[in-house]
Amino acid sequence: MAESQNAAVITNENAGGEFERTPVPSSKLKGWKSFLGMYAGEHAAGTEFMIGPLFLAAGASLKDLALGLLLGNILAILTWRYLVAPIAVSSKLTLYYQLEKIAGKNLVKIYNVVNGVLFCFLAGAMITVSASAVGIPFDINFSIPENIFGLSTPAFSMIVIIVGVVMTVVAAAGYNTVSKFANIAAPWMIVVFAACGLSALSQMEVDSWDSLLEEWDKGISVVQSVNGKTDFGFWKIVIFSWLCNAAMHFGMADLTIMRFAKDSRAGWGPSIGMFLGHYMAWICASFMLAAQIKLTGDISANPGALAWSAVGWTGIICVIVAGWTTANPTIYRAGLAFQTLFPLKSKKYSGVILAGIVATAAGIFPSLSGKLLDFVGLYGAILGPMGGVIFVNHYLAKKMNFTQDYADEKGTGFNTGVLLAWLIPVALGLYFIFGQGLFPAYAVIPSWIASSVLYVVIMKLQKS
Amino acid sequence: MKILKLISALSIVGFILLTSILLLLGSMDAANMKILMLIGTILWFLVTPLWMKEES
Repeated sequence: MAESQNAAVITNENAGGEFERTPVPSSKLKGWKSFLGMYAGEHAAGTEFMIGPLFLAAGASLKDLALGLLLGNILAILTWRYLVAPIAVSSKLTLYYQLEKIAGKNLVKIYNVVNGVLFCFLAGAMITVSASAVGIPFDINFSIPENIFGLSTPAFSMIVIIVGVVMTVVAAAGYNTVSKFANIAAPWMIVVFAACGLSALSQMEVDSWDSLLEEWDKGISVVQSVNGKTDFGFWKIVIFSWLCNAAMHFGMADLTIMRFAKDSRAGWGPSIGMFLGHYMAWICASFMLAAQIKLTGDISANPGALAWSAVGWTGIICVIVAGWTTANPTIYRAGLAFQTLFPLKSKKYSGVILAGIVATAAGIFPSLSGKLLDFVGLYGAILGPMGGVIFVNHYLAKKMNFTQDYADEKGTGFNTGVLLAWLIPVALGLYFIFGQGLFPAYAVIPSWIASSVLYVVIMKLQKS
Repeated sequence: MKILKLISALSIVGFILLTSILLLLGSMDAANMKILMLIGTILWFLVTPLWMKEES
């Protein structure tokens, strides 16, 4: 999940490295099959180790999980194909430049900083994931405290700080090396995920679908006997798996990637990656927790301990590599977003250091990684609505007779209409999420629709 | 290059995936599987950068 999110920080510097302010020329366009490979490794990341077990911990039945993830992933792929790809192919512009033309340079800066802060929390969760594996050889485990601002043991917090500092330094100094290493590790990581699942099945001693269901249900009973009864049904799984990457598809962050596509078939690009990462990897990771519950009765979703139990040192290495290769580019890109806050004369790594500090501070609170299902929904609910503005600008502006690319046409650096169309639905969404306890992923589509409608209304009012 | 790619494939399919399947089938014990997986992992990271670097 997380690798793809890295495309979402839409600064000039990282928007594909070239053609940042011009449409991609036809000589540089790629066929749709190139996108299959490009996305294949992106959705098998450190987050998968954490998200998979959380389904079991949340009380999802295995049947609902298998079918819900299938439908949710199909819907996500269709959203990329029919929402993002046509706009990307038609405009061939980065999200940054497209948004700048609509919203103005200054508003894009605000959007970038919001994006950067969310990135830091994601990177923080990945630091926790990596630290969970680093702690295993030293017999330092982490527990998730009840309180969201509760700390784990001092020893675990120290490991988080060390891992965070190393990741920040590497992100500031050698991002390209990590990026190359991530490419090498991706196929290996996918196979290790599968091996973890198979090993966990063996630990559970299952020999049929029925015995697997029995073990799974026993696992849920144990979790619910400790945490109380929770419900994570079929439609909740569908909505979550559809919208956990909402910032990328509904939010249009992947315009930056798909602008290199020859035609809209590039929208099928994420299909293999989604089913490897958000289907196979999640289910395999959840099996590890089910096996741990059977073997020890321990219900804590500690990725390091789970992988260690399933496949030994390979699992430890995999969790560290997965967390590291996810957190590093995330810190780097959050840093680029923060860099806009620093004076031009400041060191170019100032933003990365700030992002690293925020991410490490977030990683110290293990509740963040334990709330990853909520966090990725929140991420989509905050950034997704901006995609509605782009959608309206692309398809409806001319038809409804209001100015397309408003900021560009009027020469303004700040389109208040976009700000209102973005902020009002997000504020309402946040109210329902934090005030009324709404599952964050449920807020994504209503906010996206509200944002689109609001932008049309504001632009029509402005014109009249 | 072809041989290097073959070794890479063997390291993850043979040493990691196949061993976990054998464990599930009861034909291998967990301790041996974990050692073979670690060997596969080391092989992968030693060999794959050699051909991936050339390809890129």
